[in-house]
Amino acid sequence: MDFSLSADQTMIKDSVDRFVADAYSFDARTRLADSEEGFSREHWRTFAGLGWLGIAFPEDRGGFGGTAVETMILMEAFGKGLVLEPFVPTVVLGGSALAFGGTSNAHRELLERLIEGELLLSLAYAESGSRYDPSIVETRARREGSDLVIDGAKIGVPFGAAADKLVVSVRTKGERHDAHGITLVLVDRDAPGLSRRDYRTVDGQRASDLRFAGVRVPADAILAEVDEGLPLLERVLDYGLGALAAEAVGLMTVMQRTTLAYLKTREQFGVPIGSFQALQHRAVDMLIQLELARSICYYGTVALLEDGDARARSKALSATKVQIARSGRYVGQQAIQLHGGIGMSEEYAVGHYFKRMSMLELALGDVDYHLHRFVALGRQSAEKPQATETKKLVTAGVA
Amino acid sequence: MDLTFTAQERAFRAEVRAFIAAELPAAVRAKMVAGDELSKEDYVAWQQRLNARGWLAPNWPVKYGGTDWSVVEKHIFDEEMALGNAPRQIPFGISMVAPVIIAFGNEEQKARYLPRILSSEDWWCQGYSEPGSGSDLASLQTRAERDGDHYLINGTKTWITLAQYANMIFVLARTDPSVSKQKGISFILVDMTTPGVTVRPIVTIDGGHEINEVHLENVRVPVENLVGKEGEGWTYAKFLLEHERNGTAGVAGSFQLLERLKHVAAEQKTDGRSLLDDDRFAEKIAQVEIELTALSYAQLRSLAAEKAGASPGPESSFIKITGTEIQQSLTELMRDAGGYTSFDPATHNALWYFNFRKASIYAGSNEIQRNIIAKRILGL
Repeated sequence: MDFSLSADQTMIKDSVDRFVADAYSFDARTRLADSEEGFSREHWRTFAGLGWLGIAFPEDRGGFGGTAVETMILMEAFGKGLVLEPFVPTVVLGGSALAFGGTSNAHRELLERLIEGELLLSLAYAESGSRYDPSIVETRARREGSDLVIDGAKIGVPFGAAADKLVVSVRTKGERHDAHGITLVLVDRDAPGLSRRDYRTVDGQRASDLRFAGVRVPADAILAEVDEGLPLLERVLDYGLGALAAEAVGLMTVMQRTTLAYLKTREQFGVPIGSFQALQHRAVDMLIQLELARSICYYGTVALLEDGDARARSKALSATKVQIARSGRYVGQQAIQLHGGIGMSEEYAVGHYFKRMSMLELALGDVDYHLHRFVALGRQSAEKPQATETKKLVTAGVA
Repeated sequence: MDLTFTAQERAFRAEVRAFIAAELPAAVRAKMVAGDELSKEDYVAWQQRLNARGWLAPNWPVKYGGTDWSVVEKHIFDEEMALGNAPRQIPFGISMVAPVIIAFGNEEQKARYLPRILSSEDWWCQGYSEPGSGSDLASLQTRAERDGDHYLINGTKTWITLAQYANMIFVLARTDPSVSKQKGISFILVDMTTPGVTVRPIVTIDGGHEINEVHLENVRVPVENLVGKEGEGWTYAKFLLEHERNGTAGVAGSFQLLERLKHVAAEQKTDGRSLLDDDRFAEKIAQVEIELTALSYAQLRSLAAEKAGASPGPESSFIKITGTEIQQSLTELMRDAGGYTSFDPATHNALWYFNFRKASIYAGSNEIQRNIIAKRILGL
């Protein structure tokens, strides 16, 4: 075990830190957030050119053979800059679904296009009646010949308007709660019968709600196996949780640093407000929460590196999200409070970090959801130890 | 960056686990599981087995009888000791006075005291706090006056853990009252069989006898028992406190408390369902378990930093704060989990809760730790 970065990882960190410093001043970020798509296609080409889009995928899938550690390095820097490009929806969620669930050469080629920056993806799993639980799926797909025909609706699809293809969870069998009978399919953005409502989210990002009215997809749009998409979906979401944790660490780092600087410079009663013990202890608790968040982020990343037993992995990523969310809530709320009125101002950066952190708390499941999942997975493991079978999901059929 | 355990580290874990399984006396293990107090003989018996294996003082340099373990191996060792229900390390000799002697003592002191710690001939206790000097430790009043080739020590030390088992005490005493309060303090080793040393028990709110008051009345101590330089004791005291704080976080011990808590909750049954099957209670436990997991990784990171840079430094304050808050959350849940059985002292459930209120007070209260971090890490 070694917490220091390798030479390659240091290079990645230096290059992404430089990108954020050059391209993501607060003003530049504000302009991008206000632009039509809410992110920059030019930046996306930069990401592709620097190899970031393929960094964590295996070499036999066209990637560069990195791991969740490289994703963590990138995401922390993206958090520090409040970066808007759809890296999580396209690479971490959509890309992982293709890498882990791809079954054909066509899927392999899609991943290559993604890595080259030519394909944007997103993941549509949440529904208005499912909250955060991916096993609750009411969007139905019925078979017609070898095609699937989809009816239903999805909500909160990140950067859905920009996505060329969507990874969609649909029910192909059973009732709304059944773990079996869920299938992941790829749907084109302009498929007949698919409609979208796009909106700007409260934290400056973009999202869409989707409606499927008889949307027809061919058999080769299916990822993993028919009816057995849930283990793949859970795995993809766990990778998403790992990435969000690192982004949160970046957000918290900036909020902690900015607040500390403010405590040292803002004067009231003739002295810097950081000389008051009541505020000093809050500042210390912010630092403690940041350190706990960073530590659990490593823990979650380890679980993704090992990725053997699916329950152990998911339990670890639920733990990660719980701690990240609790720490993030404390750091964010104190950042606003210790800044006083200026923290409430839209023109000042700290409020935007707070808003992103606040919504990241909910993304892919909030504290309540993940505490519940952590406990449930712990009980299952106690009852019935599970063999390491999930790795086999990694695409037998790819040439 | 490689965040997984290597094959060698996994093998080491298995080796430690096997050692504990083979060597820990069944009677001691049973007391640990039941939460009963251990006798001095229980501790000494275990220390001697560890010493025979060369594992009693892992943090010492190899030439004094330590190990060459990596920080990760030390962490694994602590974890396995806790999970295996082994008695906790009594830190006062191995982790407190010994590092000070190794860093600041002379060769005679090293040759005399270090082997006696390893052989369990000496049991050390810590003479820091006084009735009038708690958080403001540097205000201490115990005097050590030079009298020929002796110091004459007078004063009262308090909150001294397991002084009733000890034959040696390291004392912070004022050798020069004329200079500023941090500057006139010296670090002196005192044989407790010297005339004038008396130990009075202090019973704590859990009914236990862990701590004591030690009176020093005209105690004559040879000057060769001074560690380092006269008047430099405050520097050594701070050095020791930083070592102490990493230890008082009790991260590995909290995994033991967590198992115990789950055991208590599992035994509480209503209509055939245990408290562990109750989602609300299970999630309360889970929340603390998750924070403990985060802290254990934080401690690994701190150990790795220590490896790179020497002394643990102020980060150990953060580990101490969070570690003791977690101990208190776990024991609070233990009291809750027991329900009516917690009223019975035989279950220990509420007694542990009472006892662990100490954790946020000792080794520098958590408020003092926050002051230290604010000043030394945040620069406020």
